[in-house]
Amino acid sequence: MHDAIYLLAAVLLPYLGAVVAALLPANARLLAWLAGCVALATLAMVGLGFAAIEAGGLPRFDLAWAPELGLSFSLRMDGFAGLFAFMVSGIGVLIVLYARYYMSPEDPIPRFFAFLLAFMGSMMGVVLSGNLIQLVFFWELTSLFSFLLIGYWQNVAAARNGARMALTVTAGGGLALFAGVLILGHIVGSYELDAVLASGEAIRAHPLYLPALVLILLGAMTKSAQFPFHFWLPHAMAAPTPVSAYLHSATLVKAGIFLMARLWPVLAGTDAWFNILCPVGLITLLLGAYVAIFQHDMKALLAYSTISHLGLITLLLSLNSDLAMVAAVFHTVNHATFKASLFMAAGIIDHETGTRDIRRLSGLNESMPFTARLALVAAAAMAGVPLLNGFISKEMFFSEALTVATATSVLHGILPVAATLASILAVTYSLRFIHGAFFGPPVDDLPKQPHEPPQFMRVPVEVLVFLCIVVGILPSATIGPLLDKAVRALLGDATPSYSLAVWHGFNLPLAMSLVALAGGIALYRLLYRHLNAGLEGTPLLGFLDGRRAFEQVMVFISWRFARALVRLMATDRLQIQLMLMVCTALLAATLALLPHGLAAGDVALTAVDPVVAIIWAVGGACAIAAAYQAKYHRLAALVLLGSTGLATCLTFIWFSAPDLALTQLLVEIVTTVLLLLGLRWMPRRIETAGSGAPLARLRRLRDFVIAAVSGLGLAAISYAMMTRVSPDGISREFLTRAYKEGGGTNVVNVILVDFRGFDTMGEITVLGVVALTVFALLRRFRPAPESVGVPDQQQGDARDWLLVPSVTMRLLFPVIIAVSIYLLLRGHDQPGGGFIAGLMLAVGILVQYMAGGTRWVEDHLRVLPLRWMGFGLLLAVGTGVAATVFGRPFLTSYFAYADLGPLGKLPLASAVIFDLGVFALVFGATVLILIVLAHQSVRSQRAAPPPPPVEALREPAIAGED
Amino acid sequence: MELVLAIAIGLLAGSGVWLLMRPRTFQLIIGLSLLSYAVNLFIFSMGRFPIGAPPILAPGGQGDPASFADPLPQSLVLTAIVIGFATTALFLVVMLAARGLTRGDHVDGRPRQ
Repeated sequence: MHDAIYLLAAVLLPYLGAVVAALLPANARLLAWLAGCVALATLAMVGLGFAAIEAGGLPRFDLAWAPELGLSFSLRMDGFAGLFAFMVSGIGVLIVLYARYYMSPEDPIPRFFAFLLAFMGSMMGVVLSGNLIQLVFFWELTSLFSFLLIGYWQNVAAARNGARMALTVTAGGGLALFAGVLILGHIVGSYELDAVLASGEAIRAHPLYLPALVLILLGAMTKSAQFPFHFWLPHAMAAPTPVSAYLHSATLVKAGIFLMARLWPVLAGTDAWFNILCPVGLITLLLGAYVAIFQHDMKALLAYSTISHLGLITLLLSLNSDLAMVAAVFHTVNHATFKASLFMAAGIIDHETGTRDIRRLSGLNESMPFTARLALVAAAAMAGVPLLNGFISKEMFFSEALTVATATSVLHGILPVAATLASILAVTYSLRFIHGAFFGPPVDDLPKQPHEPPQFMRVPVEVLVFLCIVVGILPSATIGPLLDKAVRALLGDATPSYSLAVWHGFNLPLAMSLVALAGGIALYRLLYRHLNAGLEGTPLLGFLDGRRAFEQVMVFISWRFARALVRLMATDRLQIQLMLMVCTALLAATLALLPHGLAAGDVALTAVDPVVAIIWAVGGACAIAAAYQAKYHRLAALVLLGSTGLATCLTFIWFSAPDLALTQLLVEIVTTVLLLLGLRWMPRRIETAGSGAPLARLRRLRDFVIAAVSGLGLAAISYAMMTRVSPDGISREFLTRAYKEGGGTNVVNVILVDFRGFDTMGEITVLGVVALTVFALLRRFRPAPESVGVPDQQQGDARDWLLVPSVTMRLLFPVIIAVSIYLLLRGHDQPGGGFIAGLMLAVGILVQYMAGGTRWVEDHLRVLPLRWMGFGLLLAVGTGVAATVFGRPFLTSYFAYADLGPLGKLPLASAVIFDLGVFALVFGATVLILIVLAHQSVRSQRAAPPPPPVEALREPAIAGED
Repeated sequence: MELVLAIAIGLLAGSGVWLLMRPRTFQLIIGLSLLSYAVNLFIFSMGRFPIGAPPILAPGGQGDPASFADPLPQSLVLTAIVIGFATTALFLVVMLAARGLTRGDHVDGRPRQ
């Protein structure tokens, strides 16, 4: 439990701090104190972890999350993770202190510290994760927060572009890593780091080893800016300098190194590992160092030097040698210290002089002597000058390069030469950094008069430079124990004996170091004139423009390729989309039927009933005619459609489905009236003879074929289905239990309101939503200008038309209401029920509208559809909730029969109350739709001056709902 | 009888699909209605066609699937009819709104170039 507290705190504290920082006002001092305290507390947690490791333990914390998927939240801290956690939190403290003085008060400070802390938390998550999926998750979080940090100055285009590039490359790599980790988990059978680390043999022998390796290395190489993915790092320099100092020394770019070293025990040791990583590391090492020399921006120089050092570490990791592994870990730490201090020094120069251009800077040694000396020592460490930490790890690199050079391959053979060459270049760019900025004659045309920075801004640099010196002079007394724990955590018993001494006697590595120093000085002298000539670009390698390549790829993927794909695969034409849908359905049906064929079943056919045959002869003809007439003769099509509906309705009656027939009949009426109301707003369409170019005719032929095939297919499937015995499904259940448990003899109704009551509730909700949508859409209804005027039929004296029918209809109104209530009450036992009764009552209202006209009805009758709907829905839900009050599941029904003497027995099931809700909602929704549509004609008549129809239809109103 | 109904379903579906791919909104709405008839009948036909089978139980009785009309497809179709009505209404209103906004009745809001 003790472990759990500080491990969790180490990851969660920074996030918590980030949230608090985001909420605080923009007070730099307060925020810096907060962030500093959080970083210090995190560092203290790491210290606690180290104490536990010292005591021989392995602090860990596991929280099962989705164990069946292999997902758990687990944190573990061994010596290696601890070393990285120490760097992340320790340098984090220094960065916060530095940023306190670096950031300008005009910048949004809370955002800066919030992102910085969140990034720190993500890094801690990466290094402390005990589960690989969790590691990838935090990995992507570091990509995300580094994106936000690099793009901190949102108004600067370079910052935005740099941030986007970094995100694209590193998060893209993260996806590859995720895939790789999934494969790795598949091989091992677990995503737990311990399990993975324990099965190195099995992983390397597995056929999926190579894909897993390549994917994981893609993730690491993009993150650690290895060639050819290195180009994002220089562009990330658009970030504020504290961010660069943090991201590019100890954290973001080291995450890739961390991963490679973390999985080194299980992935390394193969030829594939060496053959992928060695060339990549070598090219990155040399390319970065070479390009760094020719940078005029101090931060860009440091960025390329970072790339070069990352290449060096990758190269060491690639060598499959335990000693090289030690050197890699050691150099990672060393690089973090001197590079962070150098970035901070460059930031101080930028801050105090207003420029970072080495060509403009000169002689700062005079004006800022302290900073100059600090930078000098840090740069010397970078160059590998003896008695500084960079020297020791570089010596180790040289001796490793010499050791592996005994192997026969060319790649091995050239390593010592390449190592020396890279060191020469490193000395040259370090010299350029120092000599260019601090030596030479002082200049006075800088944007600001240079002077020493505030004392505390220099403190972080002092601390780091002090570490460089101490580690350089007394390596085994300072970094020794830490390094030992880290290396032992990786290599275990295989840890080789290594010596951290400064002096190993006169040997070849020392000679190489001396050659590098001398060569570097000589090269700088040689290039001095060229460098100060102020030329842009790198000689010989000017063609290597990572950004241009990246942008071309991005343009291709996100623009040209996407557009081509859209052109190829998408259409905004509804007809084509619908055709594709129909064709897909046809194809799916064909594929599903292909293995089985579509033969008729063997049930004895029932005799053809002439009535049904005649009904469908008419119905089918009507359907075809409706299809034929729908374009030019809408009214005719509507009548034909209604006839088809009637044929359907009759079929339902014929085959013992009275409820369906009733519903179909009523819906038919309502739909027809609805469409009739809509017809008035449609544009006039006059049939032109001989329409159709050959292309259009071809299109129609194609559609006809599709329609014919669809119809034939559905007919064939229906026939095949009907000629087979119906399987004994769940209908038997419903039939046996309808009366016993639902208390009703009309099984269809019992299913609707009881057995499947929840479905019905969803359905009436949909109906209500549709009605409200219709209402909302028509509130803002704007008819086309030519439809605004009053139709011919309504002009003149049309009052007395339909006099007899209208009187009849008015007289029928109470009858319809009575029938409707009767249908509702008997629904549980006899055909009827809420749906039918609701539709019936709606038809009653509808008939009044037809008889009296919209105005007359609205003057005489107040229907409040919205209240009916609300009442219905509440009733339905209330019935359901009532059951839960009695401790039963939602919508459980209860029933009893009330004996009304001569009137018979009245079924009193709670389902009837539910049905009442259905009734109220169906009625309300149907009437609402009809009324708002009918009301349009009244409104538009008021809407006199035709041209701007917008004016005419401002005020919506439902009858009686003002 | 089965053949008659199968042909009927096919005719309705074919006409519906044909109208579905037409360019005018009104054709589409008629097509959808025809298609929903076809589909409703198709679902209904899952219960086969028991002529004269009672759909209502005797009070206190239990139904035997062999002699009663299958209630399951019926209740499914009943909800389908009501939902079909709702979508038709919605589509009609969208059609009207589009007609007002685009000044035409083409399904894409503008005729094919």
